[in-house]
Amino acid sequence: MLSNIGIGFLILVLILSFLTIYNASLDLKISNQLIKKSIYKLSLFQTTFTILSFFTLIIGFINSDFSLINVYENSHTTKPFFYKIAGTWGNHEGSLLLWVNILVIFSYLFLVFNYNHDKKYRLYTLIFQNILILGFLFFLLLNSNPFNSIYPIPPEGLGLNPILQDPALAIHPPLLYVGFVGCSIYFSAAIASLLSGYGGKLFVQSIKSWVKISWCFQTLGIVVGSIWAYYELGWGGFWFWDPVENASLLPWFAITALMHSLIVLEKRNTLYAWVIILCLLTFILSVTGTFLVRSGILNSVHTFASDPSRGIYILLFLSFMIFLALTVFFKKYKKENYNFNLKSKETFILANNWFMAFFLITVLIGMLYPIFLDVLINVKISVGPPFYNIVIIPLVIPFMILMAIGPKFGWIKSKNKIFLKVLFFILGAGVINLSIFYFFGRYSLLSNLIFIAAVFLILHSLLDFKNFIINKNKLELPRIISHLGFGLLVFFIGINHQFSLEEDFNLKVGEVKKTNTYEINFENINIKDGKNYKAIIGNFKLTNLKNNLFQYLSPEIRIYPNPETLTYEAAIKTKISSDLYLTMSNVSRSEYYNIKFQKKPFMIWIWISALIIALGGFVQLTLKKNEN
Amino acid sequence: MKISITKIIIFCFVIFSLSVFWRGLKINKNYDTKNLIGSRISNFKLSEINNNEQYISEKNLKKNKYTLINFFASWCAPCRTEHKYLLNLSNTNKEIKIIGLNYKDKKINANNFLNELGNPYDFVGKDIDGKISILFGIYGIPESILINNELIVIKKIIGPIDKAQFNEILKLIQ
Repeated sequence: MLSNIGIGFLILVLILSFLTIYNASLDLKISNQLIKKSIYKLSLFQTTFTILSFFTLIIGFINSDFSLINVYENSHTTKPFFYKIAGTWGNHEGSLLLWVNILVIFSYLFLVFNYNHDKKYRLYTLIFQNILILGFLFFLLLNSNPFNSIYPIPPEGLGLNPILQDPALAIHPPLLYVGFVGCSIYFSAAIASLLSGYGGKLFVQSIKSWVKISWCFQTLGIVVGSIWAYYELGWGGFWFWDPVENASLLPWFAITALMHSLIVLEKRNTLYAWVIILCLLTFILSVTGTFLVRSGILNSVHTFASDPSRGIYILLFLSFMIFLALTVFFKKYKKENYNFNLKSKETFILANNWFMAFFLITVLIGMLYPIFLDVLINVKISVGPPFYNIVIIPLVIPFMILMAIGPKFGWIKSKNKIFLKVLFFILGAGVINLSIFYFFGRYSLLSNLIFIAAVFLILHSLLDFKNFIINKNKLELPRIISHLGFGLLVFFIGINHQFSLEEDFNLKVGEVKKTNTYEINFENINIKDGKNYKAIIGNFKLTNLKNNLFQYLSPEIRIYPNPETLTYEAAIKTKISSDLYLTMSNVSRSEYYNIKFQKKPFMIWIWISALIIALGGFVQLTLKKNEN
Repeated sequence: MKISITKIIIFCFVIFSLSVFWRGLKINKNYDTKNLIGSRISNFKLSEINNNEQYISEKNLKKNKYTLINFFASWCAPCRTEHKYLLNLSNTNKEIKIIGLNYKDKKINANNFLNELGNPYDFVGKDIDGKISILFGIYGIPESILINNELIVIKKIIGPIDKAQFNEILKLIQ
């Protein structure tokens, strides 16, 4: 029943997509400035039916309708209500439906909100967006249909992978999807802009808010994913340079570069070609990431979604997108003259782009090189954190300093006085930094420089914030917040990296382990029945040997019956100054438990800083309405 | 569209990358160890844990009727539970030689581990950064691989060896 309804809606969307393309192409030839009413209607119907199809699937999950294979494979009657809903996008087919939803919704909103822009440009955008919609819709219907039915209807479902039953992970996919799939709209807009010749300031104004929205959601999505990995996976880290994490970083670098270049294009009407490249690249990288993750070429926590036949389809569509983008771009590309003064804002913004490009290429190479080697000469290597740390960290130092200075400069040309101010702040940052090392008593040149640069950026941003309070120039505020957030992020990661403690050992009940600063007493074990799992809870007493304060931590081992899975829940005591992190895993056929104990200073501040970066973007979104 | 070197390079690069992905889809068996059984071990060379000069290679393995390669580490708790089966195997059976491959471990800890629990191994090799183990598709230890004198893998055990698997090994080498 639901299966037929869902497929019915999707086929309607498909037909409406064809009709939209057809009508929009006809309307292109008519030379008035208004888009036909019928096109708006088609687009509105399309959006309605897509959303309805998604709700159909949600209803399937809520009612545990196991006649749908997708529900049967990913849900279970005993699952909490919240996770039943989250289960809708916690699997490949459902998440692809969400993907199509975002494509369609963005397509409609872009059409409606840009009513004051050029007709041809809007129609072309609509056409290309619908080509993307068609591509993914065919993929959905032919290869990954969430509405496939099963008969006889099974009495019980298989359950959602327990590590996905986590609030952070329930919202992680929708956030990332709005971020990544949202890029599609300015991919289409960029092609439309090339074809219709609608460039410059007006083009920027039409895509600006979409870039910001997708940037905000990408940033949030990445942070939430990282929080999930920290609390759920039990590895005690927050960023692993795992290929999948990298896949999410690539479009983020491109979009961050794009956000900055847009400012230059809007103010100085230059860098048009570069902006177009970034628009195209952001979505292409998003789809490449999806391809790498979903096809199973990369192995990671996301392999729940891997299947080579999907890979072939996404790869074909990706190739189509890339060749379409390249052909249109080269056909329409006109050479531009750049004339930038060294001491101007635009030069610094360009510098941002160079750094972003560098980070992007580094991560891209680190990610693709092992795949290429494996495929071409059958050599297996893995590129891990050391590579990224060596290549990226030193470059973060000048990056942060430029990030602090850049906004101080005016457009076109500025005075020398600014340089003196800058010097003063580098000195200030240096003094604070040295005092930190005086108190903590460790020294390494690279981390010292990182701290100087981070403190420099933080101080600068705070100073800008003071200026903002005085002159109330609201346009500056988002930038100040995000730059401040980045400075804090690097600063706290640096401290966290330098001063973390980690111990790994085996204990049985009743034993005590002493480290340099802590005494860990494994007191006892209880067994608890959760809603849909059983848990073995270890009770540990941790005594800080320095001040004799103690606290209790209780990591868990959870046993989920459907599908039978063990998960390890870390016990984490979060305080403002540091996190205590304890995980316990069973050692099969022995009474010993493997214990991992970590003390991580300022952990919570890493999340807060990352959220501050995203906050900057959201502030900008709210500003837009008031300022224009 | 005018043709220029840049354009050609970009197109070539894109086509190259996409075709690598295409091939990658077909041959990707990175972590798939199902096909390990029946395959032949090649490029095998292992340095002794305490003595870099001393090493073991395919030639040595060919002399043994059966060889069990056991991946272990001192930090690995399940390795302790399977140790008694390894000791039993090495004491009672002359047909089989056991090679220990010390995975991502410190020399001193590994030696303490063997002193404490006994040494079932005819040779202990080291794999400090875990690279050799990758060749065998090892993703978590303990794991063990049983090969015959033609260097063909006949069994792979993921996780600690237990009674049932111990008996199965005995059956295989009869």
